[in-house]
Amino acid sequence: MGKKIFFISRRMLLFVAGALGMLLLVLFFNATGIFTDYIVQIINISLINVILAVSLNLINGFTGQFSIGHMGFAAVGAYTSATVTTLIAKVTPRLPYTEFININGYIVFILALLLGGIVAAGIGFLIGFPSLRLKGDYLAIITLGFGEIIRTIFNNIDYVGGPRGLLGIPKFSNLIMIFVITLLSVIAIRNLVFSTHGRALLSIRENELASELVGVNTVRYKITAFTIGAFFAGIAGGLQAHLLQIAHPTQYGFLYSILVLIMVYAGGMGSITGSIIAAFALTFLSEGLRTALPGLGDLMHVKIGDEWRMVVYSLLLIIIMLFRTEVLMGMREMKLLVPEEEEHHGQHA
Amino acid sequence: MSTFFQQLLNGIQLGSIYALIALGYTMVYGIVRLINFAHGDFFMIGAYAAYGLYYALGRLFGAGNPGANYLVLFLLVLGGAMLAGGFAAVTANRVAYKPLRDKPRLSSLITAIGVSMFIEYFFSALPAIGPSFRGFPEVFPKTIIKIGTASVSNYVIIDVAVAATLMVVLTLLVKFSKVGKAMRAVSQDKEAAKLMGINIETIIGVTFLIGGAFAGVAGLLSGLTYPRIFPYMGILPGLKAFIAAVLGGIGNIPGAMLGSYIMGIAETYANAANSLIGEGIAFAILIVVLLIRPQGILGEKTADKI
Repeated sequence: MGKKIFFISRRMLLFVAGALGMLLLVLFFNATGIFTDYIVQIINISLINVILAVSLNLINGFTGQFSIGHMGFAAVGAYTSATVTTLIAKVTPRLPYTEFININGYIVFILALLLGGIVAAGIGFLIGFPSLRLKGDYLAIITLGFGEIIRTIFNNIDYVGGPRGLLGIPKFSNLIMIFVITLLSVIAIRNLVFSTHGRALLSIRENELASELVGVNTVRYKITAFTIGAFFAGIAGGLQAHLLQIAHPTQYGFLYSILVLIMVYAGGMGSITGSIIAAFALTFLSEGLRTALPGLGDLMHVKIGDEWRMVVYSLLLIIIMLFRTEVLMGMREMKLLVPEEEEHHGQHA
Repeated sequence: MSTFFQQLLNGIQLGSIYALIALGYTMVYGIVRLINFAHGDFFMIGAYAAYGLYYALGRLFGAGNPGANYLVLFLLVLGGAMLAGGFAAVTANRVAYKPLRDKPRLSSLITAIGVSMFIEYFFSALPAIGPSFRGFPEVFPKTIIKIGTASVSNYVIIDVAVAATLMVVLTLLVKFSKVGKAMRAVSQDKEAAKLMGINIETIIGVTFLIGGAFAGVAGLLSGLTYPRIFPYMGILPGLKAFIAAVLGGIGNIPGAMLGSYIMGIAETYANAANSLIGEGIAFAILIVVLLIRPQGILGEKTADKI
């Protein structure tokens, strides 16, 4: 363990290089027309889902808490950052009437994104408090209620569009921007998890009482997990709002929170690698079903509505829970994410 | 003063519907320690069963004609809603919850979320039902009764009477019948109950059956009172009824009734004041209860309850 993993290790460099290689590949395919803009858009959404899933994994998977209102944090981040860029600063990605990139606009966007993350983290800090007294199902209900309350509040604030949603958000998010932020988020959470502090989080999941007895400040760590998880969810929400160019209360409902939860469980509780793979797989599955189901319907001469997509999803969740809790990775990580000195200890968890 | 009285009646009416849902929550929680997220959907299934049965019977016997026997029709529809809700609950228990009985509690909780989503989306995906709102028929002709300056529809009386009857029956059942005794035994100590020769799974099944049937009745009453139904109608009432059960003390039957009436009345007044407060009051109540008295009003304090 120790401090070493916070420095740049050879494996970490390899991981970053590999990720950058994939980015270049996607950019190349997009330029040559093999990947349509639609596919790139799905990749964008997948990357944002990676941030959401990994940050929820920090709360649910690594710390063993049970939050099911994760999109509430994303909503806070989305509305905060979009309010700054759209309503207060009124910046655009390009200078008016030209094709020149508006550097100041991007600076405002990054700052707005950070602000969104910080406000979400503040809310996460508050939500962390009930987690001190509540476990499992009660915490679930509280976080669920929190998600609904946030949604209701945005639904009733006229300044940000109320039930119409906040429209006309400038499109600051693009593949490179989203990629870089996702990469930074994943590395940040990975470094946290493998640090001494990460061990403390794991010990809370494994046995809270025992961890308290060996001197872990469980109160502080549980609140920290919620705060950091909420911060990254807020960032993801901001990115998403500036990608889809709309922030609408219904975007952040219970359903989306559950989808993120499915990603965490399908990938494996406490596996960053699993969350990344599951976020991509399930986002592509979801988009694939969106086109495949009506196609299948045409073949059978019946109309198959979009609801069937959710039927498939919920069945997936039930099957995952009934037959195997850790589907993809269990608690394992890909080698590149594990610090060298960890390997001698076998599995990190 | 008359609005005050009117709102009180509305609150009691809403509380009766919550109570029928909350009882299922609390009984299931008391026995298997599971928050059955899908419970609100049994409520929805009850409403749709009542809707379907009403029109099917109408075709057969010409309901809605003057002279049709409303009471018989109402009781038939009520029975249908009960059966449908109970059947759904027993099936969910058998298929999704039973295999996870020995697994960590969170597994069944997540499965319950999955079951809930499945029921909602499956219903809205079925072409015969669809995602849109449907108007609920007046199974019983609506009449307005004037009490002083307040006006009361006979639906208030029906809702409260049906809920009260069922609650009395349930209380007697749990207190005096053999099954009720077994239910209490299982909720106190599963292993000891097993040693006494009680078939645990049967008792759990009966609990789900009763809970689901009550939720089904609540669905019918809700359809009657707030005459529109849709596949997602169970989410919010389910959540609020659960909160009511927590407020009263989860696992505690009289507690669930008390909590539900408090909840119904509080929500009605809050809604009258401001719709935003009305939407949020349930969760506010939950947070306050969990922070101040997590065992609920009538719940007994245990060492590691939560």
